[in-house]
Amino acid sequence: MTDYFYLIPVAIGLGVIGLGAFMWSLRTGQYEDLDGAAERILVDDDRPIQDPKPQPKADLRPHRAVHR
Amino acid sequence: MSCCAPGAEFAVQAADPEIARETAREEVRLASHAVGDGVRQTDLSVPGVHCGACIRSVETALAALPGVVQARVNLSTRRVTIRWRDDAPPAPFVAALNAIGYDAHLFEVGREDKDDAQTELVRALAVAGFGASNIMLLSVSVWSGAEPATRDLFHWISALIALPTVAYAGRVFFRSAWRALRHGRTNMDVPISIGVLLAVGLSLYETIHGGAHAYFDASVTLLFFLLIGRTLDHIMRERARTAVKGLARLAARGALVVRDDGRRDYLPIDEIAPGMRILLAAGERVPVDARVVSGQSELDCALVTGESLPQPALPGTELQAGTLNLTGALTIEATAAAKESFLAEMMRMMEAAEGGRSAYRRIADRAAQLYAPVVHLTALVTCIGWVVASGDWHRALTIAIAVLIITCPCALGLAVPMVQVVAARRLFEAGVMVRDGSALERLATIDTVVFDKTGTLTLGQPRLVNRDEVPQPALAIAAALAAHSRHPYSRALTAAGSDGAADVAFKTVTEHPGLGLEARSDEAVYRLGRAGWALGEAATADGGGTVLARDGNLLARFCFDDRLRPGAETTVAALKAQGLAVEILSGDRDAAVRALAARLGVAFRADVRPGDKAARIAALKQEGRKPLMVGDGLNDAPALATAHASMAPASAADVGRNAADLVFLRDNLEAVPRALTVAREAGRLVRQNLGIAVIYNLIAVPVAILGFVTPLVAAIAMSGSSVLVVGNALRLRSRNPAAGAGVDSERHTAAARPLEAAE
Repeated sequence: MTDYFYLIPVAIGLGVIGLGAFMWSLRTGQYEDLDGAAERILVDDDRPIQDPKPQPKADLRPHRAVHR
Repeated sequence: MSCCAPGAEFAVQAADPEIARETAREEVRLASHAVGDGVRQTDLSVPGVHCGACIRSVETALAALPGVVQARVNLSTRRVTIRWRDDAPPAPFVAALNAIGYDAHLFEVGREDKDDAQTELVRALAVAGFGASNIMLLSVSVWSGAEPATRDLFHWISALIALPTVAYAGRVFFRSAWRALRHGRTNMDVPISIGVLLAVGLSLYETIHGGAHAYFDASVTLLFFLLIGRTLDHIMRERARTAVKGLARLAARGALVVRDDGRRDYLPIDEIAPGMRILLAAGERVPVDARVVSGQSELDCALVTGESLPQPALPGTELQAGTLNLTGALTIEATAAAKESFLAEMMRMMEAAEGGRSAYRRIADRAAQLYAPVVHLTALVTCIGWVVASGDWHRALTIAIAVLIITCPCALGLAVPMVQVVAARRLFEAGVMVRDGSALERLATIDTVVFDKTGTLTLGQPRLVNRDEVPQPALAIAAALAAHSRHPYSRALTAAGSDGAADVAFKTVTEHPGLGLEARSDEAVYRLGRAGWALGEAATADGGGTVLARDGNLLARFCFDDRLRPGAETTVAALKAQGLAVEILSGDRDAAVRALAARLGVAFRADVRPGDKAARIAALKQEGRKPLMVGDGLNDAPALATAHASMAPASAADVGRNAADLVFLRDNLEAVPRALTVAREAGRLVRQNLGIAVIYNLIAVPVAILGFVTPLVAAIAMSGSSVLVVGNALRLRSRNPAAGAGVDSERHTAAARPLEAAE
């Protein structure tokens, strides 16, 4: 019985972490372009851009042009 | 029209490149929106991107333009987002993409376009999935025989997970149910919400009192299953809507207005007032109703009135908004504001018509209307029965709630959307976009098909019909000359003669709007155009028509005819074979319509005005018929909105596209019978699914009424019926694996051979 006291929180905690990770990836627009993501891994000098998904409310500091 | 690649509106030629460039630039600015810090964002639809290399070349080409901060391709939506600095006029994005071989046109992203509903559904789905899996895990332990202490602990943990999950993931259903109830109606979400809430309430009570049965798993799993159906439905609809929205916009966004002091301002269409003078380049559409002040040109009215022949424009000619200016630059004076223009009139007629269609009740809602009272009454009767029989209130309530849970709004809730998702998906692959959820249901019941002529049965593009009679060298010369013009006849000539090389070198080529083309070579003057102009005096005896002349001597005479849309004949034949009444309603001249109607063997009405088209459809409905309207023009829009169901080709006017239930992206008209077939199959499967749900209930309800339902039985019954319903829906897919390639590859090839003969 006492095993439950850490086993159950651990089990649920892992689930919550997974849920959180999904929510985060959803919010940061990682599902916006699944086809594109599949192709972009083949692009040699593809570097991350600061603001991958234009959000109307996002912080809009001047960007550096990252794709030459 | 559909032959000019999307974005051709920008590729304006010769006479007025400067005006055209300025218009294009201002249009880009107008369609963009500020994202702050002096940066603006423009979205372009680029249907041609399809691989990693495309991403590279498009992004590189755009990033090289001055002022561009960032260019990012979205391959899934075939769109590119460009951010550019507002301190200078926007770079010619579209021209840059055209130069590297991609069609592009502006895509307006309204602020409301960010799809909050979809995000909410996916989040709710994720939460419900998390809750369902964890609770189910605990429930399995309880079912396999946990001691009371463990069971109570697990029930408490389940409650802890279930309450927030239901509160979060269930909002979608609760809100919709509440809205329906407040308006005194009922829909599928009402029994779902009542079932879930009662089950959670009862389980909480049981948990607090250390009872043996809790239904947390059933209620959360129910939400999870239903959310899957709902999310898929939404995503599918959204994809179709985006695909339609991504088509080139055919109405003008604004116009270049010349002020009295000679200043030129690009004004959005709403700010154009009567009396303003507008510069209209060749290849642009008339923004508001107007009169020609100066200039000469020809007009393509196909999209506005259905008239298939180009009309001359001279000073004094009245223009209707939406008409395409073909050959020469015009100065026009607005005679009406945008809200009083022809287009606005069409919109008003459509709004009047749309009231009729919203009265249609979807089959799911009709089922819910029958289902909800029956189920709730059964539960009530069960409760009363048990109170009378046993006098045990707690037991009676428990069993009544078990009845509510087991009657399984799950199968019913999934029965209709799953079939529609599969059907919409199948049509999507065939290039038919289903814009409205009830469209397939309505389409399945039609008994009359009404076609527009120009642009629907035909492509609205002329074709050279006497090619074999024209001497080959003359055809080659004509084709070489015609390449300098965007007049529809010139395009037809270019296409017909593109395989032969002309052996003359032209020094200059000039276009005389309304007359034709004139070219000078070292030895001679060639004229291609109206017989009277090209042949000089000799023409009057010789009849009219389009000719090629060398120094006033006839070389060849050309005859043109509107091209039939591919598949038009087989489509009409197939529809007639199915026993549907087919007729043509056209705004074109009687002679043109008569010839086509005779060829297809259907009834027709010609010279029909827009209002009369809608009136004819309304009359058909009065007779108790259910007409399907297929049309593309502005003048068809009211009829599209009036009809029981409606379809439009991708080349349709914006208003027409928005009024239609289904939009087909490929040229082939066979999309119409195919959509009909899928709609009918879907209708049959929906009825089967509802039948399955009823049979299931006939078995499960007596068991529940007698009080034999435990949470384990409920969980198995619910999953079993849902799987059955979903599996049945998937049969629609397997029955005929959607033929052909994806939408975009088809558009690719269609763009590559736009003028190839139809038959």
